[in-house]
Amino acid sequence: MLKLTLLRKLLMALTGLFLCLFLVIHLLGNLQLFLPKEIAQEQFNAYSQALSGNLFIKVVAIGLYLSILAHAIYAVVITIHNRKSSGKYAIDERKVASPWYSRSMGLLGTVIFVFIVIHFQNFWYYYKFTDMPLDAWGRKDLYSAVVNLFGNVWYVMLYVVSMVAMGYHLLHGVASAVRTLGVYHQKYVRVVNVAGVAYSVIISVGFAIIPIYVYVVQHQERLLSLLQLK
Amino acid sequence: MKLRLKIWRQDSATAQGMFKTYTLDNLEKGMSFLEMLDVLNQQLVTKGERPVVFDHDCREGICGTCGMMINGRAHGPIGGITTCQLHLRSFNDGDELTIEPFRAKAFPVIKDLKIDRSAFDRIIASGGYISASTGSAPEANSILIPHDVAESAFDSAACIGCGACVATCKNGSAALFTSAKISHLAKLPQGRAEARARVVKMVEQMDKEGFGHCTNTEACEAECPMGVSVLNIAQMNWEYNKALLLGA
Repeated sequence: MLKLTLLRKLLMALTGLFLCLFLVIHLLGNLQLFLPKEIAQEQFNAYSQALSGNLFIKVVAIGLYLSILAHAIYAVVITIHNRKSSGKYAIDERKVASPWYSRSMGLLGTVIFVFIVIHFQNFWYYYKFTDMPLDAWGRKDLYSAVVNLFGNVWYVMLYVVSMVAMGYHLLHGVASAVRTLGVYHQKYVRVVNVAGVAYSVIISVGFAIIPIYVYVVQHQERLLSLLQLK
Repeated sequence: MKLRLKIWRQDSATAQGMFKTYTLDNLEKGMSFLEMLDVLNQQLVTKGERPVVFDHDCREGICGTCGMMINGRAHGPIGGITTCQLHLRSFNDGDELTIEPFRAKAFPVIKDLKIDRSAFDRIIASGGYISASTGSAPEANSILIPHDVAESAFDSAACIGCGACVATCKNGSAALFTSAKISHLAKLPQGRAEARARVVKMVEQMDKEGFGHCTNTEACEAECPMGVSVLNIAQMNWEYNKALLLGA
């Protein structure tokens, strides 16, 4: 267990940034769900099969699982330490000095962690450890599993809420991680901050819009008739 | 004007503290906050009660001795000033003010509003200096320093060690204070030589004192009376990471 505060923060920053890199790759893969069904089903299932069979991806995936666990465990360690270090006030207006999401990383992170557990159960565990139905090309039909889940309005809402939480987590997390690495220059501080905001918005909106799109495409006739009734 | 003061009273470091309420009449808007406490203490002494203990020295915002939580904000509601620079014109007639000491695990209360900030002294003593033989002041032009570097180092050195950063940090972190001294010395050629050893020693001492982790909420900069920049923390991290990779 790391003892020094700066080492713990460094671990949070490095695992966090690694997960940020992973999110980009994950989002790029998900974009295939925007394709028309016939193309998307073959391509998405082939992509999933290629990834799960690749040795390099397997090694990176272990790093990914460890990063998620280390990030979560150290978040708890740091939070407990910080609770003990900080003072309590009868009247506390300290919140005016910082944005709410920078003070709520633990809460936002917990939402994301719960989402990851559900997400792993729905797709990762289902794909790797169950005899799931095959598609016309003989590959595991992950595409249909995704589309079925994204047809459920409650699941879409859970997904979108989790992505909002992730967006705010990233909004503070990316800029904070860069600071922790100490990589800064007076001239480029603003550039890094703006890039962090742009990254957070693109990633969270990018992920959130896919289940909404899939839901709308599936239910378009019903949605259209609802609109006409009004 | 009239003010109701809810002040934290605590007889000693080990005693249980509590709030006591005092009402002051006939205050002037132009009075400073500390003058108001002087008026209160004069009344308490006249009545034979123990006056409120609070730290203060220069009363012109440069020594960093005064500092308290006023209505939940370090140094009160105005940004960029110390408690001694706060005046009653910032409040309205009839207001109730809750006055507490700065609180953190590393800042134990000694009495009433007076806290023990010697943790800061021990952080400085652990490495916040240059190991060079002292003597008369050196010739100013023997080491040339670009103007903007000198200004930047001076901005870091502006920290007066009041402790508002720790008091306002939700984690009780001393990152802004410690980093201000580390950056101040690391920016200048005289301090560069020991930069790596210094950052390791000072960060270790900061942790030993029981301060929390910096999570970059930047509340410290917002409440710092001297406006010391959070970029000092980034520089501390940079120096520390460099020492990790290259050795102290």
